[in-house]
Amino acid sequence: MKNILELTFKRLLLGFGTIIVISMLIFIGVEALPGDLAEAILGQDATPETVAAFRAELKLDLPPHVRYVEWLGNFLQGDLGNSLAGDRPIAEMIGWRFSNTFFLAAVSTVIAVPIALILGILAALYRNTAFDKTISIVTLSFISFPEFFIAYILIALFSVQFQFFPSIANIDDGMSLFEKLHSVLLPSLTLTMVVTAHMMRQTRASIINILSSEYIEMAKLKGLKRLRVIVVHAFPNSLSPVINVVALNLAYLVVGVVIVEVVFVYPGLGQLMVDSVAKRDIPVVQASGLIFAVTYVLLNLLADLLSIVTNPRQLNPR
Amino acid sequence: MVPLLEMKNIYIEGLSEERWNPIIKGIDLTLNRGEVLGLIGESGAGKSTLGIASMAYTRQGCRISSGSIRFDGEELLGAPKERLRKIRGNRIAYVAQSAAASFNPAYRLINQYAEAPVQHGIMNFKKAAKEARDIYKRLLLPDPDNIGFRYPHQVSGGQLQRAMVAMAMACRPDLIIFDEPTTALDVTTQIEVLAAVKHIVEEFNTAAIYITHDLAVVAQISDRIMVLRYGNLVEEKDTREMIARPEEDYTRRLLAVRSIHEEKDLSQSEKDVILEVSGVSASYDGKSKILEDIDVKIRRGRTVALVGESGSGKSTLARVITGLLPLSGGSISYNGNTLPIALKGRSKEMLRQIQMIYQMPDTALNPNQKVSKIIGRPLEYYFGIKGQKNDKKVFELLEKIELSEKYFSRYPTELSGGEKQRICIARALAAKPELIVCDEVTSALDQLVAKEILKLLQSLQKEMNVSYLFITHDLATVKAISDEIVVMLKGKIVEQGTKEEILAPPHHEYTEMLLSSVPEMDPDWLDCLLKVRKESGKLSSMIEA
Repeated sequence: MKNILELTFKRLLLGFGTIIVISMLIFIGVEALPGDLAEAILGQDATPETVAAFRAELKLDLPPHVRYVEWLGNFLQGDLGNSLAGDRPIAEMIGWRFSNTFFLAAVSTVIAVPIALILGILAALYRNTAFDKTISIVTLSFISFPEFFIAYILIALFSVQFQFFPSIANIDDGMSLFEKLHSVLLPSLTLTMVVTAHMMRQTRASIINILSSEYIEMAKLKGLKRLRVIVVHAFPNSLSPVINVVALNLAYLVVGVVIVEVVFVYPGLGQLMVDSVAKRDIPVVQASGLIFAVTYVLLNLLADLLSIVTNPRQLNPR
Repeated sequence: MVPLLEMKNIYIEGLSEERWNPIIKGIDLTLNRGEVLGLIGESGAGKSTLGIASMAYTRQGCRISSGSIRFDGEELLGAPKERLRKIRGNRIAYVAQSAAASFNPAYRLINQYAEAPVQHGIMNFKKAAKEARDIYKRLLLPDPDNIGFRYPHQVSGGQLQRAMVAMAMACRPDLIIFDEPTTALDVTTQIEVLAAVKHIVEEFNTAAIYITHDLAVVAQISDRIMVLRYGNLVEEKDTREMIARPEEDYTRRLLAVRSIHEEKDLSQSEKDVILEVSGVSASYDGKSKILEDIDVKIRRGRTVALVGESGSGKSTLARVITGLLPLSGGSISYNGNTLPIALKGRSKEMLRQIQMIYQMPDTALNPNQKVSKIIGRPLEYYFGIKGQKNDKKVFELLEKIELSEKYFSRYPTELSGGEKQRICIARALAAKPELIVCDEVTSALDQLVAKEILKLLQSLQKEMNVSYLFITHDLATVKAISDEIVVMLKGKIVEQGTKEEILAPPHHEYTEMLLSSVPEMDPDWLDCLLKVRKESGKLSSMIEA
């Protein structure tokens, strides 16, 4: 137990370091965008005086490193600043959108992870059969298409042709859980198709790798049923690499949903970020970017910890 | 009486290069209840394949192409999978070579013990766990009540191997297949496992097939021995009969394998010390010492055997001498000059003088390089010999290691284990070293092949006056080729001296233990030894301590 705590602490420190580096990259990246924010917002007719005044108000006249330190300091204290476009607190804008994004990711996870693991196990169990090949071809085809393509195909099929699900996935607090699920099903299916293949392939490869080990032969020679050999003996030992791929994909579900949110006009963080880039609302872009980064780092941290917890060698030292 | 197992005219094939090649070529095998049959042969003889075929099981890429396997009157070949599943683990159990690899790392020992009886519906977990403790106790495992709750990585190799023997007994099978269960163990640990196997088999009157390459080991356990070679039966006899009167030439050679010997006049090289290790200690993590206060002298043209069990620090000493692991105390001097402790600080000339030959020739050779490149590289690196001259030297070296010129352009994968080890020797010789560190160079090889390698090393020593530091856990090898012996235990030197001094009594207690643990061809050897040790209360006490 002590080991795990120590390790968690180390990883947290490392994760914090990563976030600091990412925050710099975001800041530098946004800084490097061409054009001037004040001019963009005030329009071409603005006099140089008004532009200068506006710049001073936004503290754009200060040197970048000063602004960076101030921004990061505020961020760490939970103050995300105000939006430039609407002059509203960013926290207020981001909060509910983030929980929407998270909801979509969670629904997709609940669909995708079990499907991927079960398909992976089955593919390993019946490897090199027609079943295995079909699964591989289908899942790999899905990741080979761009997400928006899958999204539009689904819309064309299920909301235009058959009208089972709405093509615009709008949710609000007034809706019941069922209504929300109904609404987000198409975007989550799109995401599921995008992430399943990786997880399924990794599960399959990892189990096949374990299947050639001697303790699996021992399990077979103990006269155990085939399903038990795979589920009880092979699967737990193949978890570690699987967990990592799952975590990467979950992170992608949160961070990479931008396109899907735009296609389905879903009120999530990705949508907001795209809008804000268009509006040159820099503080919002920065804040969203940083929130994505934190999510990513935390999920990977969780994956590392889970890999350790599922490994008795780490858990029970000599 | 119907025999317990009757295999008739068994043919087994293996798939390689998209063709089915015969592995077992029509062997008959009969085993009665309570009888122990030894299957012996070198690697590739098909002994494991035949042994596990008794469960109608073959490994990936193999198939039983014809024959009949009757177990307790029932034909297993062609029997439904479900029927075979019910027999495996239940009535025929398997003990593998490497317990470390054959236990699932994710579960406690006792859960793995209980799995077969519970899954076969013989008893519930509680009863199985109770029986497990009982069997652990009979097998003299330490703390038998609680050891089952450990994970495989938490117990030692010998204990794990005994736990696997216990696991095989869980369903009280009629037959156990032991597939080289002691090959990977130290001699002293081997005794414990052998004793466990013998004990269990006798007590429960279980029939067994014991697969090994070591005649002396099988002589202790089995009632009858079958010698296999290239998938054919060479000879089959009662154990005592086989040891006393082997008929076939091949069997005789296996029996004679431990008998190389050579006397050397040591007086001339007494003063000619080339390497002196004094007061050396070393550690991997900076805290726990793997080596402590080691003093060793290596004289020109002599072979110093470094003997000890796994974990005694003998390979670590080799790493320190070669500079791979910087020492943390003491010093090493070479021809009177102190050697820099780390590899980086040593000059090319220093590196050239100490060469190394490794345990696993498979992994010590780059599979993408031809023999010519492997041997030619040190010639170029140390002496700047290139082109045709380099080729000529490589041919000379090939001749020295008794391989023909046609090996020049081969890749390591086209060579046998013994040939690969010869290439490793040639590579070391190419640097014209004064000292060669041989790290368990014969332990991955078959006995007859190993014997040839040892002979080669001896004749090269005579010819080139090179010194060997010979690291091994095999005392037969030590007896065969060493001039001086250094015995190590837990990072310290227990005893050292010339071969005559060390091998003649009185021995140090630990040396005695090691020497007496080497199996002898006498079928009564194990019983006598166990009796002696029991009386003196020394059985396994030293290793467990």
